[in-house]
Amino acid sequence: MSNLVEIRDLHFSYGDRPILANLSMDFPRGKLIAVMGGSGSGKTTVLRLIGGQLRPQQGTVTVGGENVHQLDTEGLYRLRRKMGMLFQFGALFTDLTVFENVAFPLREHTDLPEELIRDLVLMRLNAVGLRNAHALKTNEISGGMARRVALARAVALDPQLIMYDEPFAGLDPISMGVTANLIRNLTDALGSTAILVSHDVQETFHIADYVYFMSAGKVVAAGTPDELRQSTHPYVKQFVNAEPDGPVPFHYPGKSLAEDFGLEGVQ
Amino acid sequence: MHRKSIDVWVGLFVLLGIVALLFLALKAGNMSSVSFAKTYSITGKFDNIGGLKRQSPVKAAGVVVGRVGDISFDNTTFQAIVRLDMDEGHKFPKDSSLKILTSGLLGEQYVGIEAGGDDKNLVQGDRITHTQSAAVLEDLINQFIYSKAAEGKDANK
Amino acid sequence: MSQPLPSRFLGAIGGFVLDVLARLGTVTRSFLQLTAKLPGALRRPSLISEQVHFIGNYSLLIILISGLFVGMVLALQGYYTLSQFGASENLGQLVALSLLRELGPVVTALLFAGRAGTSLTAEIGLMKAGEQLAAMEMMAVNPIQRVLAPRFWGGLISMPILATAFSAIGIIGGYLVGVQLIGVDEGAFWSQMQANIDVRRDVLNGVLKSFIFGIAVTFTALFQGYESQPTPEGVSRATTRTVVVASLMVLGLDFIMTALMFTK
Repeated sequence: MSNLVEIRDLHFSYGDRPILANLSMDFPRGKLIAVMGGSGSGKTTVLRLIGGQLRPQQGTVTVGGENVHQLDTEGLYRLRRKMGMLFQFGALFTDLTVFENVAFPLREHTDLPEELIRDLVLMRLNAVGLRNAHALKTNEISGGMARRVALARAVALDPQLIMYDEPFAGLDPISMGVTANLIRNLTDALGSTAILVSHDVQETFHIADYVYFMSAGKVVAAGTPDELRQSTHPYVKQFVNAEPDGPVPFHYPGKSLAEDFGLEGVQ
Repeated sequence: MHRKSIDVWVGLFVLLGIVALLFLALKAGNMSSVSFAKTYSITGKFDNIGGLKRQSPVKAAGVVVGRVGDISFDNTTFQAIVRLDMDEGHKFPKDSSLKILTSGLLGEQYVGIEAGGDDKNLVQGDRITHTQSAAVLEDLINQFIYSKAAEGKDANK
Repeated sequence: MSQPLPSRFLGAIGGFVLDVLARLGTVTRSFLQLTAKLPGALRRPSLISEQVHFIGNYSLLIILISGLFVGMVLALQGYYTLSQFGASENLGQLVALSLLRELGPVVTALLFAGRAGTSLTAEIGLMKAGEQLAAMEMMAVNPIQRVLAPRFWGGLISMPILATAFSAIGIIGGYLVGVQLIGVDEGAFWSQMQANIDVRRDVLNGVLKSFIFGIAVTFTALFQGYESQPTPEGVSRATTRTVVVASLMVLGLDFIMTALMFTK
């Protein structure tokens, strides 16, 4: 099976607000696939559906051949142990230290002795460059560092699937570069599949193997970063080139300027 | 790690709770109602028990020697049957008598037991036949009124 | 208007009733979910003991000071009323009965809701806002078992201890004011108290009340935090609701329990 995750004909609404419509996506094993789009395009919702946090009204999401939403609680928890997720601002446990945060999944899901856990945690922290920060508390580290600790925590159990929710949001250029590199290297080193949700074009195109572009709950374009840089699709063009006006309008829809200022009829 | 100090504080906290509970039970409360001393039961029948309740004290010479256990009604003689749980350490002769008395003027009612002269003592299950019922306030007042009225009639004769 | 007034009014009432019923159902379901996870939480006693520390020990100061003052005020107020009936020797009994049966459990529960309840709600609400609970779920750890259940045990264990301590120190406060300050006879103070307080009826019923209050207040605090909107206003609203709902529940349950326990 070459696809780790498959989404077919997915429909999802929040109350009566439709978010996703007729969505189909493939995520092949071992690849880093990005899901990009503007705010409100539904990309984070896709991640939550894959992780089983939300239920779709219609359609299927399969991970490793299993239909996520037909699993019972135990099955879902079993599936989640093979996934790692990096939340937007880290979501570190504020009452634990850096070390304890990364050790958390190991302590909860394995019976490994403390010495072994210590070694594993320090190895993970070393991979993200924070081995010497392991004793710090969460309020003593910067946002970029917190993101890296969360990354170490997400890969603590060597997951098959890692999902990144806006990993570059709010970072300075150096941290962004560091994070992007880490994501790429970890994916290659662990041989896992990565799904990256972001709206940062530069860093994402740098590391992704394949990109899905979403707008208003639908996939409007898909391809490798190089293909998309040359795309003539108006939405993709506006996004990739950061144009202020295009299919996503600058002005909030409503009355025209002439109507508001009573300029009708003036030449 | 500070786990050790947390355990100490929690231990102190729980200890405080136990101490407070013991304080309340012993100093403020009436532990004798939960006493596990051995008792033997005797019964007595009364025409009227007034305000006697379960757990009311049984006193001899003013000292508590037992508690009222069970109160029931005899359907044939139409009397109240009171079971008394007497402390093992206090034995009374078989011909002792029971009276229902009031502590103070309007206070709680209790059973007073007066020792008789018999050689043999009461044992578990014995019945006391000499009983005096509680004085009912209304009857006393009626008596008083009648006696006053009778006096008045005699004086007028 | 599209519909005549009476049918709109009935519709509104019907909608309101359905909302209330749905809310009751949600709350019951959440409570059952929580209780289902309670035995599992016992396997991590260190988590529970940590929570007893944060919930119980940290509330101790305010409970003890309040208890002392309540006891002292009871003695002051009680003395002047009882002397009018020549019954000032029964002051000890008055102070002890008021504390053991009512003030101990109820005032402790209200203070507990304000101090520990709000801190629990805020903590859980902020964890939810920071996506910590979602992160835990995605790591296949049930946040109800790992986060909520130990805190529930902590509250359950702490409340009776706090209420008992409140009553005890209140009686001591009553003693200090009644005997030392005002001059009621010391022997009468304690003997009248002991003669009229039944351990089963008064002390243990008070402990039972505080236990039930502990369940109500702790659950309300945890539930409000868990269901809060993950924004600053949401958390602030949730903490307010905790205090209001928990206090009302305590007073309502107190009425029901008093009726069951102390009337024949």
